[in-house]
Amino acid sequence: MGTKPVEQLSQVIVRFAGDSGDGMQLTGSQFTSETALLGNDISTLPDFPAEIRAPAGSLPGVSGFQLHFADHDILTPGDAPNVLVAMNPAALKTNVGDLPKGGTLIVDADAFSDRNLQKAGYAQSPLEDGSLDEYQLHAIPLTSLTRGALESVEGVTPREAERSKNMFALGLMSWLYGRPVQPTIDFLESKFGAKRPEIAEANVKALQAGYAFGETTESFAVTYEIKPAKMAPGTYRNITGNQALSYGLVAASKLSGLPLFLGAYPITPASAILEELAGFKSFGVRTFQAEDEIAAAGAAVGAAFGGALGVTTSAGPGVVLKAETIGLAIMLELPLLVVDVQRAGPSTGMPTKPEQGDLLMVLFGRNGESPVPVVAARSPSDCFDAAIEAARIALKYRTPVYLLSDAYLANGSEPWLLPDVAGLPDISTEFATAPNAGDEFLPYLRDDQTLARPWAVPGTPGLEHRIGGLEKADRTGNVAYDPDNHDLMTRLRAQKVAGIASDIPELEVDDPDGDAEVLVLGWGGTYGPIAAACKRVRRGGRKVAQAHLRHLSPFPRNTGDVLRRYEKVLVPEMNLGQLLQLVRAQYLVDAHGYNRVRGVPLRAAEVADAIEALVDQ
Amino acid sequence: MSENGHDGHGAALTAKDFRTDQEVRWCPGCGDYAILAAMQSFMPELGIERERTVFISGIGCAARFPYYMNTYGMHSIHGRAPAIATGLATSRPDLSVWVVTGDGDALSIGGNHLIHALRRNVNVKILLFNNRIYGLTKGQYSPTSELGKVTKSTPMGSLDWPFNPLSLAIGAEATFVGRAIDTDKAGMTAVLRAAAAHKGSAFVEIFQNCPIFNDDAFDYVRDDKEGVNRIRLEHGEPITWGKDGENALRQRRNGSIEVCGAGEENVLTHDETRDEPTLAFALSRVTQATHGGTPVGVFRDIERPVYDELMAEQLETAVAKRGAGDLTELLHSGETWVVG
Repeated sequence: MGTKPVEQLSQVIVRFAGDSGDGMQLTGSQFTSETALLGNDISTLPDFPAEIRAPAGSLPGVSGFQLHFADHDILTPGDAPNVLVAMNPAALKTNVGDLPKGGTLIVDADAFSDRNLQKAGYAQSPLEDGSLDEYQLHAIPLTSLTRGALESVEGVTPREAERSKNMFALGLMSWLYGRPVQPTIDFLESKFGAKRPEIAEANVKALQAGYAFGETTESFAVTYEIKPAKMAPGTYRNITGNQALSYGLVAASKLSGLPLFLGAYPITPASAILEELAGFKSFGVRTFQAEDEIAAAGAAVGAAFGGALGVTTSAGPGVVLKAETIGLAIMLELPLLVVDVQRAGPSTGMPTKPEQGDLLMVLFGRNGESPVPVVAARSPSDCFDAAIEAARIALKYRTPVYLLSDAYLANGSEPWLLPDVAGLPDISTEFATAPNAGDEFLPYLRDDQTLARPWAVPGTPGLEHRIGGLEKADRTGNVAYDPDNHDLMTRLRAQKVAGIASDIPELEVDDPDGDAEVLVLGWGGTYGPIAAACKRVRRGGRKVAQAHLRHLSPFPRNTGDVLRRYEKVLVPEMNLGQLLQLVRAQYLVDAHGYNRVRGVPLRAAEVADAIEALVDQ
Repeated sequence: MSENGHDGHGAALTAKDFRTDQEVRWCPGCGDYAILAAMQSFMPELGIERERTVFISGIGCAARFPYYMNTYGMHSIHGRAPAIATGLATSRPDLSVWVVTGDGDALSIGGNHLIHALRRNVNVKILLFNNRIYGLTKGQYSPTSELGKVTKSTPMGSLDWPFNPLSLAIGAEATFVGRAIDTDKAGMTAVLRAAAAHKGSAFVEIFQNCPIFNDDAFDYVRDDKEGVNRIRLEHGEPITWGKDGENALRQRRNGSIEVCGAGEENVLTHDETRDEPTLAFALSRVTQATHGGTPVGVFRDIERPVYDELMAEQLETAVAKRGAGDLTELLHSGETWVVG
């Protein structure tokens, strides 16, 4: 106990990798909980296959969880791990390439059987052929150690005992980095304690055995300490993007005074929002699991017509199906919130992997002139604020609004400084209650400022009216084919959305000395790696400015000015240059792209290289 | 507020109150005129205020209907009206929500939404105006057109076996299924009345003549003044028809229905409340072509929990168990830690 020397580190990146059935996500999230309580800053990146259980031991079945924790403010889950825990040969094979030379590699030696080696495509064991010599290799028989530790636990099958090896690994890692295991013990007891107390006991014992193994083994000479990060005072919790987005929707409902209605169809990686909100019935939240994506959006529009905050959540392959409903909501001029948790496309693409490939679709993927405001979240916890902002715009301007997240934000997590509810914005809106033109009610008579039309909900006497997808006559909303009217209405709808630019913050630029020549412009979920890259470039003595867009439609009113202030503009994106195309077209700026569509977050180091190359050009 | 929006305060309204200032733009002779007139005459009887009545439609000739009803209304997108109505009815149980649709709208592009609204038993009344043709797109065959139908898109005859809308609805677990004829105001009003009184989804097929693209499709029942072809289904009454009521229906051992004489044994007595759907389904298979008569009226009217009531109950239960949701508590749920 405490006999081994303690070495101080400022940050560590750990990756757990194993078979889909090995419990790597659970291991990672428990390590996160333990770490959060120590006050480190954290950023996590789960990385798992779409298949629920791919064949055991196979390369496609590998599931990973990367955790970056530090004694200072960090922005990303990290480019490459310092420590890789590989539970089998397949996990080693698919992940070891990311481990830098000298990195710590912990493997379950028991899992390196001939059969598993063969499944992973190894002709001979990498533990024996010297191919891992450049790493600090710890080949530990995790399975047999776990089995041995659980011999005294009754009522647990040998297979169940072996399955606790992830907890042994977690115990070992907890010891190595001085994490408290009590939160995990509490978790295991509450998860299994009631139904299968012997399973809880087995897992707890495995966890403790792993911890004790670290203390006694000669394999590890030192243990590490990472001091708490200096973070703003307040109460924190760890949160994923999908959770934060769900909380944001509930908050928007409270702040607007409107009941929340969610129409959704299960789809990766957005399903967790439906599941989360289904648990919030005590907030008056109605969740409707529809027969398809179209019905999910349609029901949300129907609820909005009735005066609810109508929301539909999906990912790209579902969002394409909602296009006609969004077009209808544009014509009806009713509030509707459409959440697109982007994943790699096209078509089914890579369901669990992030991409920013849907930007042009949400902006333009509809028939006719059909402008829609677009808001994008920049980090897991930011999904909360972004959801409130998207709802604010939808309600105030009576328009469908897109809220963009992505698979990384959805599943990734970070500490969240909990906001004071009293300080959240008031986004209340008013229904029409009386005629607005003498004793007549004109459903398309607009507000002078916002150009929004009145929202008269069924049940309001005297305001009965009919709306629909056919072109509306100005003011009356009657069906109209008049050429001038269509021209006017098309322009009014465009002006209404464009006018939102005066109601959103200006684009902020982070340019510490104010004399950088290169501006890096990003949007959405790439904020972390871009900001980390800019820090790195500045540490290296070069100057760079950073700006990050939350609003993609309309753009902040000063966007053109900002872009033109810099000699060179770099636009890193997880697509082939969608924002790039927009800024070039809209502002005639000769911006450069940095584009990767690998289904993983941008790497800060690579973005930094691209920035430096442009600075030095 | 009582079920289906009845509260009695609207009783003083007349048909005129339900007309709008919009010019009705269906073709001369279209069956939709008669349905609109019947609906406008019928609405005051319901005693629901105009402001608590909502008509939602999709696309097609029938879908213009909401523009002519002086209530709240939405002319939405092709086939999606049941989905949109589901969102409205589910979040606003105080409203009386009606869907007006056609055979193409409901059974082709919107087939999925129709069957799911029916199985969920959402509190919406779905009126399907069946003219067995696409009218607004100028005369292509529809999912209810007979096999071999020659239209502009099927010059050598259609190859599709048609849907029987009532069989489909019953198969989709509908709790109320009825049929009416556009020109039969009394019969239609009776079915609409029963549909309005029904708790949950009601599905009503209305035979509607398209004089332009499919004229006379239903002449055998529309012009059937003597009642030789209409089989009127009356709950608790023997199912008979014909000039002197000489024909009757009875069930074969295999469950299907055959024609017999009214005086013969085992003549079916109509029971619309029978929970088990086999008889209603067998009745839906009785057609002019196969049985020499066409049943009209209420085929099925059973009680089952209503979707929006169930949902409202869950919200109430959640509040009763945990108290009304508190946002601060929600944000602070799970493990938290304090800095500074």
